[in-house]
Amino acid sequence: MNGIWFRTPRHGRVLGLLLLFGFALAPVLADRYLLSVLILVFYFAYLGQAWNLLMGFAGQLSLGHALYLGLGAYTATALWTLFGIGPWLGVFVAIPVATAAGLLIGWLGWRFAIEGVYFALLTIAFAEFTRIGFDNLQITGGAGGLFLPVNGEAAGKWWNLGGGPLLYYYLSLTLAAAATVLIAGLRQSPLGYRWLAVREDPQAAQAVGINIFRARMLAMLISSGMTAVGGVFYGFYYRNLFPSQVFDISRSIELILAPIIGGVGTVFGPIVGAIVLTPLGEALTALVQRLGVNAPGAKAIFYGLTLMVIISLQPGGVWPWLARRLGLDRSAE
Amino acid sequence: MAAITLNVIVQGLLTGLVYGLMALGLSVIFGVMRVVNFAHGELTVVAMYAAFILFEILHLDPLIALLPVAAVFFGVGYLLQRTLISPFIGRAEHEQFILLVGLATVIVNGLLMIFGPDARPINLSYSFDSYAVGGIFIDKVRVLAAIAAVAVAAALFLFFRYTRTGTAIRACADNLTGAAVVGLNVKQLYAVTFGIGLACVGAAGTLMATIADASPSLAQAYTLLAFTIVIVGGLGSMVGALIGGVLIGVSEALAGFYVQPSMKSMFSFALLIIVLVLRPQGLMGRRL
Repeated sequence: MNGIWFRTPRHGRVLGLLLLFGFALAPVLADRYLLSVLILVFYFAYLGQAWNLLMGFAGQLSLGHALYLGLGAYTATALWTLFGIGPWLGVFVAIPVATAAGLLIGWLGWRFAIEGVYFALLTIAFAEFTRIGFDNLQITGGAGGLFLPVNGEAAGKWWNLGGGPLLYYYLSLTLAAAATVLIAGLRQSPLGYRWLAVREDPQAAQAVGINIFRARMLAMLISSGMTAVGGVFYGFYYRNLFPSQVFDISRSIELILAPIIGGVGTVFGPIVGAIVLTPLGEALTALVQRLGVNAPGAKAIFYGLTLMVIISLQPGGVWPWLARRLGLDRSAE
Repeated sequence: MAAITLNVIVQGLLTGLVYGLMALGLSVIFGVMRVVNFAHGELTVVAMYAAFILFEILHLDPLIALLPVAAVFFGVGYLLQRTLISPFIGRAEHEQFILLVGLATVIVNGLLMIFGPDARPINLSYSFDSYAVGGIFIDKVRVLAAIAAVAVAAALFLFFRYTRTGTAIRACADNLTGAAVVGLNVKQLYAVTFGIGLACVGAAGTLMATIADASPSLAQAYTLLAFTIVIVGGLGSMVGALIGGVLIGVSEALAGFYVQPSMKSMFSFALLIIVLVLRPQGLMGRRL
């Protein structure tokens, strides 16, 4: 973190701090709806950081991150509903479960030199396989879903992640901020430079003595573990889980939009992407209502078109362009 | 019991050949341009609706509608490549992915807006006919669809083998720089390739409409299905796509019958994982 912090021009640091303070004080002014939008912004920024670590730094495209999200969510909620173990403890079970899945996929893929599109399809296959498996797993409710009690004795307490929107607001803000600090630190670490070397040219990296397999695996473990934490948040925020939702490929796609639109391989791209995309989705909902279009899917059409336009105009993402505009060139690395 | 199993296998095999034709389109596009068409299933469902409309309005049998639909899809593919996709050739996979996922989102929600979520069946006069061959019963529509699928695939095979354009496209796939050096119009050939890929989709979707009811919810499943088949068969291998289609068709049919219909694609994904791990280039693919 220090490296990036000190190399950022002063007005960039001021801007960053202002943004952080703004978000920290936002609940004073914002109403419930705005808070719920901001919670989603931070949630997607956080997951975007997790995915970007694997794709943007280690160069491995995963289209199956819903697997780690779902495993994290299901592990923590099942522990809570079945055994009464709260999420603050459950998260320490959720992380190993998801990283074990990441370990298996990474091991299978990279040991056998499965890369690029093939690796992406392997990740989809595992996520879909697990989705259908959970659809038929009776202990977690199968396709019928897993529900958290709404008015249970202990359900409303913060130590069971059952508080009001403020709790989720600050929790998601903390997650996003902590993830950014972690990623910025990793980016500047020897491991971060190893990742970039492996991403740019695996053969050259190997030639200078970098263990490619280990570098990629470390990225996978951190990324899947972080995603599992996001899953725990998802499970307790929405308080119901369906395999067809949490493990679905649309979840995997949704969580990679922010980092790609923001800028793959940059530290701040996932945040910028989430800040751009989430309100965009909300604005489209409002616009569609205002226009009186009452058809299902109208919003999604606008959303799809917007994605196509942004990726055509700014294929490298919004953040590198924005950073140049703000005179923050070097921090966009 | 053995007769039932055989029956299920034969039905799966016939459906699998139509799957194979759909996957063939994906395989041709990826094999030549290294672009992964993530809107493949969505476009297949568009073709299913095209067959449905032609049947409802003109009472056109899908086996005949196949030709005009494939021709229109060729044109659509040609234009798509020329306008939207061309700048993304050679770009990072995730950028192509976002472009095509955006396209897929627009298509599937457009279908949802126009046709609604209900499934649209094509009620042919022979929809429920079947042939009895040595104790097993085979649906007539599946037999006809499978024959048509194999015919289209064979035509494509001959095209790539024996025509000048087909040879030129194979040259682009083998060695892009070399192809450009000897003066091939790569842009034009890429557009033709994408057109051919979509013509496969148009034909396969039209045939699929006789087997399954058109519905927007099929789209994503078909995209994944096409991927699974192509990886199992070997990306870029035309025979592989058909073999992969048959394998997946049979495994789906068996799993649907003996285990649970809702778990049938789980077996396809398991097959995909096994193939990726043991033979990542696919059954018929060249060594990676």
